[in-house]
Amino acid sequence: MDFLADCATNVADQFWAQTRNGLTLGSIYAMIALGYTMVYGVLQLINFAHSEVFMVSTVAALYAIPAFGVTDGDPATGIAVIFILIGVLLCCMAASGALAVLLERLAYRPLRKRHAPRLSFLISAIGASLFIQYLFVLMDGQHYLFPIRGIADPLGTPLLIIGGFLAVVAIGLLVTGTRRGEEGWVDAGTLAGLGAIATLILGAILVIKLPDILGPTPQSVPELFSTSTVFTLFGAPISNKRIMVVVVTVVMLVILDAFVRRTRMGRGIRAVAQDSEAASLMGVNINRVVVVTFLVGGLMAGAAGLLYQIVLGAPAFWFIGFKPGIKAFVAAVLGGIGNIRGAMLGGLLLGLVEAYAVPCIGTQWIDVTAFVVLVAVLMFRPTGILGEQVGA
Amino acid sequence: MTDDLLELQDVVVRYGGIEAVRGISFNVADGELVTLIGGNGAGKTTTLTTISGIKRPSGGTISFAGERIDNLPAHEVVELGVCQAPEGRRIFPRMSVRENLVMGAFARGSAKQADVDRVFDLFPVLKERQKQAGGTLSGGEQQMLAIGRALMSEPKLLMLDEPSMGLAPKFVEKIFELLGDIHSQGTTILLVEQNAHLALQIADRGYVLESGEIVLEDDAKKLLGNDQVRKAYLGES
Ligand SMILES: Nc1ncnc2c1ncn2[C@@H]1O[C@H](COP(=O)(O)OP(=O)(O)OP(=O)(O)O)[C@@H](O)[C@H]1O
Ligand SMILES: [Mg+2]
Repeated sequence: MDFLADCATNVADQFWAQTRNGLTLGSIYAMIALGYTMVYGVLQLINFAHSEVFMVSTVAALYAIPAFGVTDGDPATGIAVIFILIGVLLCCMAASGALAVLLERLAYRPLRKRHAPRLSFLISAIGASLFIQYLFVLMDGQHYLFPIRGIADPLGTPLLIIGGFLAVVAIGLLVTGTRRGEEGWVDAGTLAGLGAIATLILGAILVIKLPDILGPTPQSVPELFSTSTVFTLFGAPISNKRIMVVVVTVVMLVILDAFVRRTRMGRGIRAVAQDSEAASLMGVNINRVVVVTFLVGGLMAGAAGLLYQIVLGAPAFWFIGFKPGIKAFVAAVLGGIGNIRGAMLGGLLLGLVEAYAVPCIGTQWIDVTAFVVLVAVLMFRPTGILGEQVGA
Repeated sequence: MTDDLLELQDVVVRYGGIEAVRGISFNVADGELVTLIGGNGAGKTTTLTTISGIKRPSGGTISFAGERIDNLPAHEVVELGVCQAPEGRRIFPRMSVRENLVMGAFARGSAKQADVDRVFDLFPVLKERQKQAGGTLSGGEQQMLAIGRALMSEPKLLMLDEPSMGLAPKFVEKIFELLGDIHSQGTTILLVEQNAHLALQIADRGYVLESGEIVLEDDAKKLLGNDQVRKAYLGES
């Protein structure tokens, strides 16, 4: 009882500040969640590599912000902030969008062509996710796989990459291999094998060449503009950064909503989500719809990545996508996987729930909240708040 | 045979090991109304989905207006002017009636108000319900919507898969009357039906499909008088 009473007073004390925090973080979750939900809508596939699409945006910011002339300790000021922000935002979105499209091409389309079983897609998603993460481990001098040793390990890293990939392949074959003889088994095997070879070659090239090409990796993202309080809401100061997050999110969501509802391509996406065979009988090019869906999801995750970094001052590194990625996935399930407005709602709700939990359980334990929410949704309302319907 | 709009030659379609269509050949000339009749599991739907490019034939050729289409993806077949009102209607349940119609014109680019109005003239009930979600329409209304949606593409060849299924007799007559009208206005139609009597009445020619093979083909009027057909499909003895 004491815990609950304390909790209530604490939440009441910090209500507006936590509402502010929840809405900011929730906006970011919402934008990432859109990528999960839209891809699920058209392909009934959870793109578990989506967190890496998000991660790539933070890495793009690492290079894009200095390129616009902003360096550490020298943030942009005045009207220049807006132009630089838009410029950097476009770079980040482009990077994430490109990666999302590449993922579709390399990790999913070959499986779709062969009508592979659902499990193969999941394995491919996890393999792609690990592959991309470790690719950025290589690029980033600070974050080797064995940080305990604290030294760069030019041989161990690529070996681990390959080992990790092969392990995924092996698990995949073990699981799907129980259905040996079916087409799906052979295809999963060939693909995984090809993937392993590609990993080996790419890994080798990167280890040898990449540091020369890129030079030393920048260690931190320069602050784009400095924080200042714009106004106070019931005692909670609202900073320019938080306002920026909300403005960018609202603009992006309004554009997305109009795109999906009003344009020909948007109608095509909804048609494929509702009945893909009927959609192709109406002349919808399914492959194009799938690419556009991945692209749009990627662009959203790209914007989210930059906002996340600006508002939290988080570093760019290979594992940064994991937490927001998994939380956005929970948000998508909470709102109703496949449902676009559900993803927006789920994101904001999860952000708020997390924020209100902070005064009760403290920041160290906060990540548990999302999983509790996930379990609760799956137990009591597995279709999520708005149900599964991209068309709505 | 150059005036054939659609021509199938020795088309074989398999589902895994099962041959659902076993080397059928038939043709539909420009301006004709041809019907494909046959019992459950005869392979009618399979034939239509194969023509539409959803399913790939494992043998034989399909040509439309003199061009091979059996290797084209489904959306390109639609772009050539082959549209289908599929079995089970398959309307988009969470799109409004109007949006479903607009989807019908997807292959042409955009739908004009005049196109939508023309379908509303044919089916006034759709106009009343234009804002309602497709999935909430009654079965008969959904069938009208499915036909209207197919017409929105202004097809050169309109294929219909059992438009009479699950409809009241009065409704069925209305729909067949309408198909006759559409046909007399110049649209070529390939009609798949179990209701052989009605189908043969409006058709120019007919084919009888049984276990994936064409067992009979003739003028529609002659098929109507054919003993075999009367016994098997018209419920007479
Ligand atoms: N997706 C599928 N997988 C396996 N077999 C199938 C599939 N679709 C159809 N078949 C089989 O192919 C055969 C032909 O089916 P089809 O749907 O073409 O029949 P139909 O003539 O349209 O019948 P109905 O009048 O009942 O609709 C049937 O034996 C059916 O079981
Ligand atoms: Mg059928």
